[in-house]
Amino acid sequence: MKVIQLQNVTKTFHRSGGQKLLRHYLEDLLGKTDPERFFALKDVSFSVRDGESVAVIGANGAGKSTLLSLVTGLAPPSAGTVTVTGRAAALLDLGSGFHPDLTGRENILLNASLLGFSRSRAYALYDQIVEFSELDDFIKEPLRTYSNGMMLRLAFSVAVNLDPQILIIDEVLAVGDQKFQAKCTEKIFEIRNQGRTILCVSHVSPTLRELCDRAIWLDHGQLIMDGPIGEVSAAYEGRLTSPA
Amino acid sequence: MWKGDYLFLLENLVVKDFKIRYRNMSLGVFWSLLNPLVMMSALTFVFTAVFPNNQIENFPIFVLCGLVPFNFFTVAWQNGTISVANNAGLIKRVPVPREIVPIATVLSTCVHLAIQIGLLLSMVIVFGRGVNWHWLWLPVVWGLEILFVCGITLMTSALDVYVRDVRYVVESACTLLFWMVPVFYAIQSVPQSYANLYQFNPLAALILALRTILIDGDSPSSTLLLKLAFSSTLVFAVGLYVFHRLKRQFFDYL
Repeated sequence: MKVIQLQNVTKTFHRSGGQKLLRHYLEDLLGKTDPERFFALKDVSFSVRDGESVAVIGANGAGKSTLLSLVTGLAPPSAGTVTVTGRAAALLDLGSGFHPDLTGRENILLNASLLGFSRSRAYALYDQIVEFSELDDFIKEPLRTYSNGMMLRLAFSVAVNLDPQILIIDEVLAVGDQKFQAKCTEKIFEIRNQGRTILCVSHVSPTLRELCDRAIWLDHGQLIMDGPIGEVSAAYEGRLTSPA
Repeated sequence: MWKGDYLFLLENLVVKDFKIRYRNMSLGVFWSLLNPLVMMSALTFVFTAVFPNNQIENFPIFVLCGLVPFNFFTVAWQNGTISVANNAGLIKRVPVPREIVPIATVLSTCVHLAIQIGLLLSMVIVFGRGVNWHWLWLPVVWGLEILFVCGITLMTSALDVYVRDVRYVVESACTLLFWMVPVFYAIQSVPQSYANLYQFNPLAALILALRTILIDGDSPSSTLLLKLAFSSTLVFAVGLYVFHRLKRQFFDYL
């Protein structure tokens, strides 16, 4: 079964970025600005079957993050279709729903509800999340008293305990100290071994090669190569070392 | 697509807003009471000592019936309008239903409102107007008002994403509104041809209904209630429609 399917997907953005004032619309009307758009993704098609784990690799600005926001339904494609079946949980920018003035406990419940937990599931998983985060007594303190590593640990613990059908990971394998990183990696492997679908954006690393079976290589918004991770990452690294 | 627990999410967002607002105030709830009391005293001074009027009795509660809905409306509308743009981080990272952001902002103002309604009702009793059966209309008229604020906020918060000037338009509209709804004057002083129009403004209609219930001890007229219900529902429906149409492109504009 195909759980993620992209058909001829194109996504363009304004070069100027989003924020606009009335002045900018007037300038547009008067033809003062150049409505130049750039392609974040250009005619990309691929599909992911149930239980597959796929890595998306490519240089900065290749369109990897744009791809993830399309798959999670955050942004609509400019052309083409994106079909996703089953609940996807995204580990994008961990802790984006967190607030510094709330305590760890309050942030867990808020973040859980944002990610779509029901009330009963959130309370049932609460202890497990706190235990995984290893924050102990700090859980009762406001988030602004946390170190950066502590905050990321908390965010990761919430997201990873959601038990999603599709797990989308955006370069978040490097969380906390080495001990905690190992624990996170182990948890992600555990999720994969349960037969979940994983879509992972990351730099090529030994862990990534072990985690994913397949890789998709993006460059300047275009799909360059799609195949077994060994071949794709070899080709990708070959291109990096010998620029043609 | 996001398939979560809407009520749980709404509750958490409202509690978050409320806690953040009050945790950073040493006097907490006291501030919610201070503002309407100060405004009430100032307006009472102006309209009983500076420009004395003989038509309105119990001026303090008369003006408080106008101030409490007006304060709620302006605070909820202004905070709600900027809520989507201010929560860009959330909107761009988590696929929550977008409507929930402005609605939660409006509802968190309701906690503040509940305190002020408590003040209003206590003042009514202090001024010797007892509790009566017509008070049962209070939840109805307040409910319609909240529906109206949610509707207009959905509209302006979505527009504010595309044109950031919308928030300043809303700010000016609120200043203007203080004069255009009967906060400190009676509807009877307004010429008849305009007075009918006033009832279509849900904010003005609410103020009139509150005065009828709390000061005159009577039920609001059915035409007033119908106009209030009609315009609140219409604004909410239009608000939802506009928001739904505009939300698809939020990601590109935030």
